[in-house]
Amino acid sequence: MNTAVSDPEIAEDSQARRTDPKSFILRGVKTLRQLLIPLAVAAFTIFEDMSFDELALFLVPGLAAVLGLVVLLNYLPWRRLTYTVAEQDIRVESGVLSRAARSVPYERIQDVSLEQSLLPRLLGLVLVKFETGSGGGDDLRLAYLSEAEGERLRQLVRERRAGQSASQEQAEGAKRQDASEPEAHTLFAMNARRLFIFGTFEFSLAVIAVLGGVIQYLDNLVPEEMWEPSYWQSSLNEYGMGIATMGAFAQTLSALFGVIFVLLIGSATGLIRTFLRDWGFLLERTERGFRRRRGLLTKTDVMMPVHRVQGITIGTGWLRRRFGWHGLKFISLAQDAGASNHVVAPFAQLGEIAPIVSEASLFMPPEDTRWHRPSPQHRNTYMAIGLAVMAMVVVAATIATSMISSEKLDHAQWLVLIPIVSAGALVARLYYRWRFARHAWDGQQVYVRTGWLAPKTVIVTREKLHSVEIVQGPIGKRRGYATLHLGLAGGRFNIDGIELEHAKQLREAVMTTITKTDFSKLERG
Amino acid sequence: MSDAKQIAEQTDGDAELTQLHPNYKSALRVKAIIWSLPFIVGALVLEGIGAVPGGYLVIPIAIIALLAILRLPMRRYNARGYNISSDRLRVVRGIWWNSDTTVPFGRVQHIDVGQGPLARFFGIATLTLHTAGNYNSSVHLPGLGLELANEMREEIRGHIKRESA
Repeated sequence: MNTAVSDPEIAEDSQARRTDPKSFILRGVKTLRQLLIPLAVAAFTIFEDMSFDELALFLVPGLAAVLGLVVLLNYLPWRRLTYTVAEQDIRVESGVLSRAARSVPYERIQDVSLEQSLLPRLLGLVLVKFETGSGGGDDLRLAYLSEAEGERLRQLVRERRAGQSASQEQAEGAKRQDASEPEAHTLFAMNARRLFIFGTFEFSLAVIAVLGGVIQYLDNLVPEEMWEPSYWQSSLNEYGMGIATMGAFAQTLSALFGVIFVLLIGSATGLIRTFLRDWGFLLERTERGFRRRRGLLTKTDVMMPVHRVQGITIGTGWLRRRFGWHGLKFISLAQDAGASNHVVAPFAQLGEIAPIVSEASLFMPPEDTRWHRPSPQHRNTYMAIGLAVMAMVVVAATIATSMISSEKLDHAQWLVLIPIVSAGALVARLYYRWRFARHAWDGQQVYVRTGWLAPKTVIVTREKLHSVEIVQGPIGKRRGYATLHLGLAGGRFNIDGIELEHAKQLREAVMTTITKTDFSKLERG
Repeated sequence: MSDAKQIAEQTDGDAELTQLHPNYKSALRVKAIIWSLPFIVGALVLEGIGAVPGGYLVIPIAIIALLAILRLPMRRYNARGYNISSDRLRVVRGIWWNSDTTVPFGRVQHIDVGQGPLARFFGIATLTLHTAGNYNSSVHLPGLGLELANEMREEIRGHIKRESA
């Protein structure tokens, strides 16, 4: 207490402040947007029978009242919310009728993240989140502060943290140095060219599905016969352009155009989405951890302390894999919601991924790793179950077709081929998934790879596991295989269908590592 | 790590399991009785008003209830067990789906000892260990004598304190 108060900057700081006044305008706009539809509906039902003059008589004061209410409802909470940057903690007091006070000590704040969506960005505001270790979305947040204030708070929290941990050993000078923007070096960045390639692989037909839905919705609005081929045929015939008369060349051409159109839409969707999400992607390693910035309209700036990284996931797609493209994600403690939050290199070559992995105190599986496959018994069991189900379908279908009179079904017996072919596909899939699934472990890490066409590799540190469980089902018990679940903070981690003896070995290996270090030492990093 | 210690660890993982308190069996039975009562009463009522021909509902339900009351608690009790060693707790459970969970004391976040009304009557308790992992974030060990559960809690807590100090 005594050292800091003498510092004029800090003394000035420990007064209560409000969030930026513009943030209450922003909230008002948001409330209005939410109110828009209910208001319109209400207006239509209430004023339905009124003449225009009467309408104006009601509408103007009505609108004014609504506006006034919105302003008041947003002004009061804004006015009553204050935050104080105090000696030991950040305090937020809020509430119009009931008051709530919350205090977050600096040593509990892992980091401060700044987030800007479109509207706040136009007004130069940021959402400031104080990330604590608490699970769920229960972090303290201030919406909204000016960009400068956000940056100042972030800096300040770091300064206090650094000051607290260093206070006993280090001199004041070192503290100052520590607090200035830490040295950062770029680990991964994506330029427009890379984004373009990435976007092309993100090909998505989601838009077409949405369009399909819209068309179905519009169904009632357009003449029904529009969906009948004859409608078009007759109108086309009027111009002497029947499809049948178009000739093979023209038919192929129109089909080709259709395909090209779909491809264009799909690529455009992927490109736009990718550019919006990952524009200016920059991953840096700072003294405090990883810092990721990205986004075109909604910019995000996220800090990930190194010691909170529990493991990594390397994924890919069936096509991009042929060109060596992979994506890297961190598995981190659960407080940040959403899976996409920990993407640190969405589209990179393995050569670019390896250095990031080693920055996270992990490493890629070495060349001499001894990989193991799951138990063949496990694969065979699933094949047998799948085949039995398909066989039942075939029998049922055969009986059904033989019972219906033969003239009604033309070649319907060929339908029986569908389950037979899918049974073949199922067996092939199970076989290849088994062939390509593998796991391994060494002194420090556990590796699991799953998937056939688009394999996914998960690497975790043995030390950062929390429990081990071996589960055996009724068939597994007879066939001698089990599933091994490893307790991982921020994700699930299990190895399916491995031999029981093997699972026990891995359990022992992991347990000996875990019991050597206590949890409290992990979190300090 | 020496080979001898590794072997010691190895056997530790598969060590003999300790059985739960015998009262746990009785508690399971009482629970099964409470569960099956509404079904039996319902079946009797349905047959009483003549909605179902006599015996078609009551007999199968009675058989299932008898199995659930007499046989199932026995099997569940026999399938369960635990092993506490110097640095970990192992909990085994399940008749069909058998799971074998090991929690190292060094990863325990906090510990609960809980007793429902039924458990209190039988003098037994459930020991729950919480970990930070998403899977197995809480591991329950029901059917311990209350005193033993408290002792175990103290012992595990002692380990946590010592290791983090």
